[in-house]
Amino acid sequence: MFKNIISNIKTIGVGMSLTLKHLFASKKRRVVDSVKSDNYFAQQDKGTNTIQYPMQKLPVPEVGRYQLFVEIDDCIVCDLCAKVCPVDCIDIDAIKSPDLIGLTSDGSPKRLYAAKFDIDMAKCMYCGLCTVVCPTECITMTNQYDVSVPELDLLTYEFSDMSAELADEKRKIFEEAQAAKQAAKLAAMKKKEEGQ
Amino acid sequence: MNFYLVYIAIALGLFGFAAVFALFGVYAERKVSAFIQDRLGPTETGKFGSLQTFADILKMLQKELITPAAADKILFVLAPFIIFIAVYLGFAVMPWGPGLVPVSLNIGLFYVFAIISIETLGIMMAGWGSNNKYSLLGAMRSVAQVISYEIPAGFAIISVVMIAQTLDLQQISIQQGTLSTETIRFLGFADVTHIGGILSWNIFRAPHLIIAFIIYFIASLAECNRAPFDIPEAESELVAGFHTEYTGLRFAFVFLAEYSMMFLVSMLGAILFLGAWNTPLPNMGMVHLADWTTGWAWGIVWISLKALVLVGVQMWIRWTLPRFRIDQLMNLCWKVLTPLAFICMLISGVWRLLLM
Repeated sequence: MFKNIISNIKTIGVGMSLTLKHLFASKKRRVVDSVKSDNYFAQQDKGTNTIQYPMQKLPVPEVGRYQLFVEIDDCIVCDLCAKVCPVDCIDIDAIKSPDLIGLTSDGSPKRLYAAKFDIDMAKCMYCGLCTVVCPTECITMTNQYDVSVPELDLLTYEFSDMSAELADEKRKIFEEAQAAKQAAKLAAMKKKEEGQ
Repeated sequence: MNFYLVYIAIALGLFGFAAVFALFGVYAERKVSAFIQDRLGPTETGKFGSLQTFADILKMLQKELITPAAADKILFVLAPFIIFIAVYLGFAVMPWGPGLVPVSLNIGLFYVFAIISIETLGIMMAGWGSNNKYSLLGAMRSVAQVISYEIPAGFAIISVVMIAQTLDLQQISIQQGTLSTETIRFLGFADVTHIGGILSWNIFRAPHLIIAFIIYFIASLAECNRAPFDIPEAESELVAGFHTEYTGLRFAFVFLAEYSMMFLVSMLGAILFLGAWNTPLPNMGMVHLADWTTGWAWGIVWISLKALVLVGVQMWIRWTLPRFRIDQLMNLCWKVLTPLAFICMLISGVWRLLLM
């Protein structure tokens, strides 16, 4: 009984002094430090541990893998990323071009326009498969991680820089070119038939 | 006529004090808990979050007063006010300084002890009236706990009264300083009537009162339902205990009562054991520190400081110690505190007869 009382008083004393130590240690604020820093874990033992988020941010590596970004000028609209995506969050609408549009920065020929290149970040599971399969490495993950938006629609990022009118125009050009080609083909066939 | 105006002014002043203390107390509690847990607590509203509780009160005033359909309406509506008024009336006899006491009552201590027991009735009304199983469980626990802990607290207080030979809180206060008309003996032998200070406090006049003080302090924690005796509110088991169903202003009143109660029991502890409004600084030779720091303004400062330190300890304990189980709680009360309080009372009687 008395042993109990003494051990209780002792343990209460230990606990109370521990909390008192923390109460007065809280004068020290946490230093916002990268996880690479040597005392990243050591400094958590003293002072308060709060990071006041919008004012203070933990440094993240430059090559962080958070949000997706597409450099649309380098995209050849091959649709591989949309096919590999496990959650189907990439939506691409391609328009064929009758002739070469241009070259990407690594020299791949571009033959398709991206009328639509939408990535729904609300669906994205950050697996990074799309960045692996991309032949021109135009789809990448950036170190931006704060994705809070007031409306869900805003999480659908539109990377295509083509306006609807321009897309229609390109579509028309391709159709005309197709039609011209078809006509030329028909004419050639007719000629052939006539020649027989 | 002026008589009544003074009465009303004092009542309003005490209410204002209780409200301001509750605002400050909630803020302090949040900050203390945050620092103990290595957090920052409120930081956004006002400098260092100082306006946080004020904003909370503004929010509460705007909230709808919901009365559950199955509740006992009269009991439910009345309970928060009874809880608060019981605590608030306790302040009526609390001395703040020499000649500064709202009501000089010759049975003051008895009155305080009786009136704060009514809080239990309010809690029971709230628990029963809510018609909610958690509320009822909380209220039952609260009643069981408060009634049990009044016994050791009562005997700890009686051991002081036996030394002081009066129930008037102002008389008890006067006895513990240089204003005393009777001889004060430090530890029962050294005459310190004109030295005063910390040496003439009750806990040093009769050292067994230190144990009585600890018993009283533990019991007072239980009486204001503070951790580690917070089983009536036990957030992790009972949602919020007896005040689960309360919203808005009614909830604010329950909260106000809780924090006023903390201050009241701390103040009572300071009055009975820690020298009331008397200064802790003794007269030393030519340096009459005790005489210089005695007066009604100093009285308010000292009693507030002492009570606030005890409130601080209450908060510190709350954020350190885990909650008692009901059987452990009763064990502690009936098997440890009550016998110890009896022994203190016995020693007080012998002390009074032999040494004073």
